[in-house]
Amino acid sequence: MSNGRHLAPRPGFVLDVDRNSPPIVFHHGEGFRLEKLPPGRSRVIYPAEPLEGLADPDGAIRHALDNPLGESEPLRALLFSGMKLTIAFDDISLPLPPMRRPDIRQRVIEAVLDLAAEAGVDDVHLIAALAIHRRMTPDELRHAVGDRVYDAFAPDGRLYNHDAEDPDGMVVLGETPHGEDVQFSRRAAESDLVVYVNINLVAMDGGHKSTATGLSGYKGLRHHHNVHTMSNSRSFMDQENSALHASNWRMGKVLKDAGVKIFQIETTVNNDTFGRTGPMALLQKREWEWSTRDRMQFLAMKAGLDLMPSAAKRKAFSSWQAPYALTSVQAGEIEAVHEVTTANVYKQQLVAVEGQTDILTMGLPYICPYNVNSIMNPILVMCLGLGYFFNLYRGRPLVREGGVLILSHPTPWEFHPVHHPSYIDFFEQVLADTTDPAEIERKYEKQFAEDEWYIHLYRNSYAYHGVHPFYMWYWGAHALDHVARVIVVGGNTPAVRRLGFQPASTLADALEMAGDVVGPQPTITHIKNPPLLMADVT
Amino acid sequence: MGALILRVAKTRALLGRTGFPWRSAAVPNGVEPPPPPARLRADYPTDWARRYPARVVRAALVETVMKPVMWVVASPTRRGTDRLNCIDGPVIFAANHHSHADTPLLLTSIPDPWRHRLVVGAAADYFFATRIGGAVAALAIGAIPIERTRVGRKSADLTRQLIGDGWSLLIFPEGGRSPDGWGQPFRGGAAYLAIRCGVPVVPVHIDGTGRILRKGRLLPRPSRTTITFGDPLLPTEGEHARRFAARLEAAVASLADETATDWWNARQRAHAGTSPGLTGPDIGAWRRIWALDGGNRRDRRRGHNWPDL
Repeated sequence: MSNGRHLAPRPGFVLDVDRNSPPIVFHHGEGFRLEKLPPGRSRVIYPAEPLEGLADPDGAIRHALDNPLGESEPLRALLFSGMKLTIAFDDISLPLPPMRRPDIRQRVIEAVLDLAAEAGVDDVHLIAALAIHRRMTPDELRHAVGDRVYDAFAPDGRLYNHDAEDPDGMVVLGETPHGEDVQFSRRAAESDLVVYVNINLVAMDGGHKSTATGLSGYKGLRHHHNVHTMSNSRSFMDQENSALHASNWRMGKVLKDAGVKIFQIETTVNNDTFGRTGPMALLQKREWEWSTRDRMQFLAMKAGLDLMPSAAKRKAFSSWQAPYALTSVQAGEIEAVHEVTTANVYKQQLVAVEGQTDILTMGLPYICPYNVNSIMNPILVMCLGLGYFFNLYRGRPLVREGGVLILSHPTPWEFHPVHHPSYIDFFEQVLADTTDPAEIERKYEKQFAEDEWYIHLYRNSYAYHGVHPFYMWYWGAHALDHVARVIVVGGNTPAVRRLGFQPASTLADALEMAGDVVGPQPTITHIKNPPLLMADVT
Repeated sequence: MGALILRVAKTRALLGRTGFPWRSAAVPNGVEPPPPPARLRADYPTDWARRYPARVVRAALVETVMKPVMWVVASPTRRGTDRLNCIDGPVIFAANHHSHADTPLLLTSIPDPWRHRLVVGAAADYFFATRIGGAVAALAIGAIPIERTRVGRKSADLTRQLIGDGWSLLIFPEGGRSPDGWGQPFRGGAAYLAIRCGVPVVPVHIDGTGRILRKGRLLPRPSRTTITFGDPLLPTEGEHARRFAARLEAAVASLADETATDWWNARQRAHAGTSPGLTGPDIGAWRRIWALDGGNRRDRRRGHNWPDL
């Protein structure tokens, strides 16, 4: 426990900044900034401390499989000799950062396979449900499912990445009442049972989105990964008010009506991102609770990081694996399962916040779902700030309409040439023309989505699909609609300008620039994330 | 060279003929053997070997001597240590037993926090037959005497007390090294202790140490080894030691299958009750050895490797 007093984990809270408040640590890519916020009108939202993990995770998993929620039989009753079983699981984008071994997916998949072995099931395929994300490397797959499963299934091709562009491997199962095509993996569609193994890191994950998105392709995704849907999701982290989820739920119904039988297993983890001991533990502590050792450690770490070349810093941060603990596991019928899962995510992450603010500040860390073992390029900076972090609210956005968003990130003009080839062209070609999501969608999406070279790289290399950078941009469409200005502190000036944002050298400069928009003496809110939190704004 | 061999042979022959008093006399048949000297075998005191200075010496031996030696001689691959993540507190590690290399291999393979708070159940009649042998075993591997030739409460009481104090136990339920390369039926000791102490038993399968130093051989021969840790087992309610021991043996057999094939095939066979047994087929001795070597027979050849034509 990070409070060092062996008490129950403390909930998240809102700190009103006064003259005695210490400077606040801002994540800043592969580094940190210490920022002093103006007293009297600033507040900082702190996440809750990590909840205790389940004492017996394997026992809890077995219990969940035997006691399903909703209208579902226990998993062992659904398994029979001679059946076709497909186990799909979340890809490298979850959890963040990757967790220490054993990964939850390994624990769950081994429990499922154990029951399948008991039932005499021979025809089993395991699919990384990555939709149009990049393929997972063999090492990444091995980390996710563990050595035992990998060695048993990968060598003969029964453990593989989903291929959304395989003409023979995909099938359209129908259309929703809204005219949305439901495209799905043929193997999964033809299976007697699909078992989906999920890790619910944030409230957006899971539910019908796991299968309707994870095992789909561009033909299906375009119906909800678009500007209209994202602008009308308030927010996409709040399923009750998310057009993204409404579309996925409609698709889930089509899947069910088409006879696809899905047994959903969802898990939640605590927010023990940086550990309770070790070099990163201080990032989980509140600044005034840092010991002398923490302070010395922070100074040494910061000095070291300032001296290191960016590639070395990236490598050091990429090697960090979070000691996440399983806080819940539930299985059975998708909607019943997901309701409990979401409640468990909220239990860890929700922090009550009263009222909106004029300026919202956020320090963006080194990682987002799409740069694991990769580079956080400017488009992903936009997606993390305006997409993920901005949308981590329930009720109302933290910042008022017409307010200012201040991000802290180096925003390097750098791209991973293998993982993000279409991002390079998107940045150079599309953003040079316009940053308006609707115009981008109208003018450029189809061309990138159907580009044969991008499709080839997606299928055969480790590249994100050609259309993926568009989705990243759409992810921030709601925030772009909502705020009047976005300022990036400490970013690469040409890259920030290309994104359509304003660069600032220091937070003080950024606040002054924001004053032009929101007036003098604005209220400021800083969301201290990660460890992950979600603001419940009233 | 030939002269030297001849001289050694002559000396041995001379000693053999000389016998007593050069050698101790064997106990005649029909005569009650004298009681063993006190403080030997199961009575050997080992508490000193669990005090701090001895533990430091042992930790140094394990980390600086055994570990590099095992790395050179056994090239170990360790699997399944992640299965131990959910355990907190003392456990009983129960492994199959082929060779004297098994103990140092496991002492350097069992992960922390168990590795340095571990006692090894060692045959009282073999390791603790002399004071020097007992001292070396207690100091170097943390051995405690376990009676295997007669029923006695002393070993069980000592082990229960140590587990209660937070020590983990490494035990070889077969009761001795394999005489022919195949396993032997598991005895009930580990299962009995697990039931009495309420601690989990971690089945462990060791593959390859028989090739390094099988019973009867004096010098080790380097070979690759694989150590596979299984899921911890707890006795079910009302389960008696014999049945639990059988379950333990089946778990180790399944791990052996996992090492030979893969986890999925092993689980399928385990559930179907068709895992290959540890003890091998009930056939003639030569056929057992023949069956044991299987596809590896060619590896035993030294020198020439004929190409496959």
